[in-house]
Amino acid sequence: MTTLQTVFAKAKADNRAALVGYLPAGFPSKGGDVAAAAALVEAGCDVIEIGLPYSDPLMDGPTIQDAVHRSLTNGTRIADVLRTVEGVAATGAATLVMTYWNPIDKYGAERFARDLANAGGVGTITPDLTPEESEPWRAASAGAGIDTVFLVAPSSTEQRIKAVVDCCTGFVYAASLMGVTGARESVNSAAEGLVQRTRAHTDLPVCVGLGVGTGAQAAEVAAYADGVIVGSAFIRRILDAPDEAAGRASIGQLAGDMAQGVRR
Amino acid sequence: MAGNGAHGDDPDVHGKFGIFGGRFVPEALIPALDEVAAVYEKAKNDAEFIREFDHLLRTYAGRPTTLTDVPRFSEQAGGARIILKREDLTHTGAHKINNVLGQALLTKRLGKKRVIAETGAGQHGVATATAAALLGLECVIYMGAVDCERQALNVARMKLLGAKVIPVTNGSQTLKDAINEAFRDWVTNVDTTHYLFGTVAGPHPFPEIVRDFARIIGVEARRQMLELTGGLPDAVCAAVGGGSNAIGIFHAFIGDEGVQLHGYEAAGRGLETGEHALTLTSGSVGVLHGSRTYVLQDDEGQTIESHSISAGLDYPGVGPEHAWLKDSGRATYHGVTDDEAMAAFSLLARTEGIIPAIESSHALAGALELGRELGPEATILVNLSGRGDKDMGTAMKYFNL
Repeated sequence: MTTLQTVFAKAKADNRAALVGYLPAGFPSKGGDVAAAAALVEAGCDVIEIGLPYSDPLMDGPTIQDAVHRSLTNGTRIADVLRTVEGVAATGAATLVMTYWNPIDKYGAERFARDLANAGGVGTITPDLTPEESEPWRAASAGAGIDTVFLVAPSSTEQRIKAVVDCCTGFVYAASLMGVTGARESVNSAAEGLVQRTRAHTDLPVCVGLGVGTGAQAAEVAAYADGVIVGSAFIRRILDAPDEAAGRASIGQLAGDMAQGVRR
Repeated sequence: MAGNGAHGDDPDVHGKFGIFGGRFVPEALIPALDEVAAVYEKAKNDAEFIREFDHLLRTYAGRPTTLTDVPRFSEQAGGARIILKREDLTHTGAHKINNVLGQALLTKRLGKKRVIAETGAGQHGVATATAAALLGLECVIYMGAVDCERQALNVARMKLLGAKVIPVTNGSQTLKDAINEAFRDWVTNVDTTHYLFGTVAGPHPFPEIVRDFARIIGVEARRQMLELTGGLPDAVCAAVGGGSNAIGIFHAFIGDEGVQLHGYEAAGRGLETGEHALTLTSGSVGVLHGSRTYVLQDDEGQTIESHSISAGLDYPGVGPEHAWLKDSGRATYHGVTDDEAMAAFSLLARTEGIIPAIESSHALAGALELGRELGPEATILVNLSGRGDKDMGTAMKYFNL
């Protein structure tokens, strides 16, 4: 199993940033999700985040909402998410689950951590779990040997950044902007400052997400961050493709551009 | 000063009422929530803020609202004496005005010029648009597309008051989805914008703030009951969607152990049909819209869409303080079907000349049943949380008028 630690150590040794790709489980279809993620890995993504589809994704913009809605409509359940993780982890990429808190809460924190580890998952990103509420999840994750990734935002105070990074293992997710997920024309200038502020509090890798959609943007972010996270731009291409094969080809090409970007 | 989360007290430092409440939101919003909490903490102890709020309540909202005895209606309650707290007589016609005036003043103190709000039935949207017009704030209202259709009159009112109404077409296209969309707006525009949350749900400090601005209902009612009847009521009844009108009237009576507190949720087409909004009476503990509370959800934590003939009760979550009151047994929650609520709606109109909001009609239906249980000596106070003008479209369809 590839761990986050080995991924970031290798990227650092290669003097580049890691590329992290996001896709929701069950999208574009059950089974098609693993194939799509595999296309990202083949094109150069080091880490894959598998989204756990949730009915009320309050941090997500229209593109991810659309994909998640389709996934839920297709009947995706947590067992399917874990199967997707298993399939993606088998490609050799470090595979995380990105999920809102309630599905884990309902499933049971220890059970979810254990089942995710058994599926080959290396950790989770939990965008609506605050440090104050995270203790049970961190304990369960530590017990199962998986990482916990939390978010810092441009609005975070120094005190908050410290509280968040103290809960992180694996890496820290720096939200590049104040807003929801979705590719933007330019990456917010706040991102670099946030990465710098975060580094003052931790030696963990700091990855930047929200708003990255092109190879050039990936290169720009890679100049100051340890990892570049891309989600909506891939999903947009799949949504716009005439069929799944074309979608895979399209995201493979974009991921390839970005993989080059993080190596510039 | 944060309390210990005990009944009637403020929540603890993490915004918890027992195990309920807290904050489950993106990190980006935490500083804004901290800021709102800090500004509110200062404001509520500031004589000038209290004076301003009180002035607006008296001279603009029309407080104190009166109590009304409804003897002809009470005949159907086995003779128990039912007394209404007339929040329908406030400016804009519902209890929502109390909270929005408080939070609009808070927005000024936050130094923000734009407010956003979610609305289901439109009462909170209209109230927010009203307060925004009064205080010169830009106003954007998120409303489920389904609700926009069934509450067209309120959409027009909001527009007339200068608000921009954005129909939300995601998910069930009702209140739940309007809240999601408002949060998305807030996380994007938090520097300039206050999210004028409309009920006692959501992340800390909203459940506490909305409760405190709504609690004037119970404070007045308790004093008025003593004046009118020489004693406290045997029971207080209120409808519960998110729970603001119910907490508003319950709060002053929580310490009065002899006063039963009854909340009425929308049983919609009936529990067995699955088309209901029985969050407290059939939901389970989970997290929705930033707070741990009772939620209508499936076995994997996906929110189940609610149903009610009343857009204002059509919500799969509920305020955390209600969850706490339920679990501790201090308040009791029941379900009232669409049909039972509409029967009470019609009965109050015909016997007393008062057309209530359909939300409030759930509490009226509950009070009728409770009166038969408690007997003719009982006195029951019902929060008539709003007037029914906005619901005429629904009533016309339901009764074939």
